Amino acid sequence: MKLKREKEPRRRLTGKEVAARMWSDRAGYLMCLPFVALFICFTVVPVAISIFYSFTDFNMLQTPHFVWFQNYTRLFLRDDIFLIAIRNTVILAGITGPVGYMMCFFFAWALNEFTPRVRAVLTLMFYAPSISGNAYLIFTLLFSGDSFGFINAWLIKLGLINSPILFFQDTKYMMPLVIVVLLWTSLGTSFLSFIAGFQGVDRTYYEAAAVDGVSNRWQELWYVTLPQMKESLMFSAVMSITGAFSVGPTINGLVGFPSTGYAVHTIMHHLEDYGGQRFEMGYASAIATLLFVLMIVCNKVIQKMIRKVGN
Amino acid sequence: MARIKQTRINRSAGGDVSLLIIVLLFAFIMVLPMYYAIVQSLKPLDELWIFPPRFWVTHPTFKNFQDLFQNLNDSWVPFSRYIFNTLFVSIIGTFGHVIIASMAAYALSKKRFYGSKFIFKTVQLSLMFTTAVTSIPTFMVMRSLHLIDTYWSIILPAFSSSLGLYLMKQHMEAMVRDAIIEAAKIDGAGEMRIFWTIVMPMVKPAWLTLIVFSFQGLWNATGAAYIYSEQLKSLNYAVSQIVSAGIARAGTAAASIVFMMILPILVFVFSQSSIVETMSSSGIKE
Repeated sequence: MKLKREKEPRRRLTGKEVAARMWSDRAGYLMCLPFVALFICFTVVPVAISIFYSFTDFNMLQTPHFVWFQNYTRLFLRDDIFLIAIRNTVILAGITGPVGYMMCFFFAWALNEFTPRVRAVLTLMFYAPSISGNAYLIFTLLFSGDSFGFINAWLIKLGLINSPILFFQDTKYMMPLVIVVLLWTSLGTSFLSFIAGFQGVDRTYYEAAAVDGVSNRWQELWYVTLPQMKESLMFSAVMSITGAFSVGPTINGLVGFPSTGYAVHTIMHHLEDYGGQRFEMGYASAIATLLFVLMIVCNKVIQKMIRKVGN
Repeated sequence: MARIKQTRINRSAGGDVSLLIIVLLFAFIMVLPMYYAIVQSLKPLDELWIFPPRFWVTHPTFKNFQDLFQNLNDSWVPFSRYIFNTLFVSIIGTFGHVIIASMAAYALSKKRFYGSKFIFKTVQLSLMFTTAVTSIPTFMVMRSLHLIDTYWSIILPAFSSSLGLYLMKQHMEAMVRDAIIEAAKIDGAGEMRIFWTIVMPMVKPAWLTLIVFSFQGLWNATGAAYIYSEQLKSLNYAVSQIVSAGIARAGTAAASIVFMMILPILVFVFSQSSIVETMSSSGIKE
């Protein structure tokens, strides 16, 4: 089939021919239809609506009217809290994204050195925090602000502090703690993809590389393994970046919403604030659109960088 | 070097040992908070209030778990209703997702038609952002479809999860050979028959993976944004109310965290090898 199609001379098909071909492929269209219809409803249309409303002034009650770029200029010029949100998002995503990604890679690589049974147990240990829903709430018990919180109690017992620290309300501790918790939950889908990726590396290359002068595991990793894992690297990067930007609910669970002094207020929280509480839909849509563009751009840039690995 | 019989190339014993130590250390750190939750959940009241708190339990009891269910039962919606809600949404959502996503994945991986590449590229692009970004317009869409405050507001979006379609399509592309499908066609099998009896059995690890991922997502879903009626709310929502009650219920809170943790972890234990197998074809091809 493939060969036949390639042999045909390339020419523009008439409308009738296109229709005929589409009709003969109707089974394919029908099989895609349920998924595509739902995907359009719950992903494509919402994105389109978001972009559209971002150019309007809309409060859910009155009909929206166009204000063009006013929402965007307001965000950058007159909204100090948005600037805090950008800063926090950059810090949080900039740390948890890359570090989480490298943790996934490093541990998957290290686990690959063990026997399958040990590897399975260790995989579970590393992966469990990310699947257990609200397991991160454990940290609210560990770092509880009263003197029966584990950390506080021991700090008092050891005489390091006199009164308990409100870890999740004190702006000094919030950001680092949130980063620790997010990293704790960051060994998710990317990690599994890497585990599988390492297992899929062709063993014969290692022997060939050893003959060619690769003399330790680090060189082997860089010269042999990494170039073979590009596809896993790309997929995991997408998962890690998306994860790094969607940390809103976890943060809410830890420090509440809004966070004290906006210490861990991210763009996602700003969106929640204007969309979910103040019902300034036009403005919220502008925030959503910006966040959307930011995520896509981040992904595209990182993918470009990963393509260069091993070249 | 020559004395030691080397079983693997480019590996030193010192390197192996130090790597093992690093990995074990971090594995320990990862598990520690969960261990603490389990210990807390098993402590009787008097042990919960020992100062400073202990990292072990001397007289383990299931009292906290009893309290958890008691507490949940005392609200005007019985606890069983929350369990039913979450199970219903998880099962229907997972079942529909696997079928709908696999069907589309089959068409996109094994057939070429106008738009098939475009559809897949769009789905792949959607992996790059979270649906949380569009929660407000999604709310509007749901309102116009009259889905607000129904189970379907959680189930229908779960049907079209793009990660599921993506993983399934990549796995089918790697595992199912075109020749088999061609042979079945020559034997006169229809598209649906090829899909059900030939393709699906060949990608069993992939749909197991879809089941696990979808189930985990739905099990942990709060659905708080689209559901108002207390009797339709999820288990996760009910349980998280208990955790937020503060230190008076520290033991119960720990019990609730442990309770929500058990099922996803068990599911993963039994499906790990299938998931890893599916993930081996998860890479983004250029």
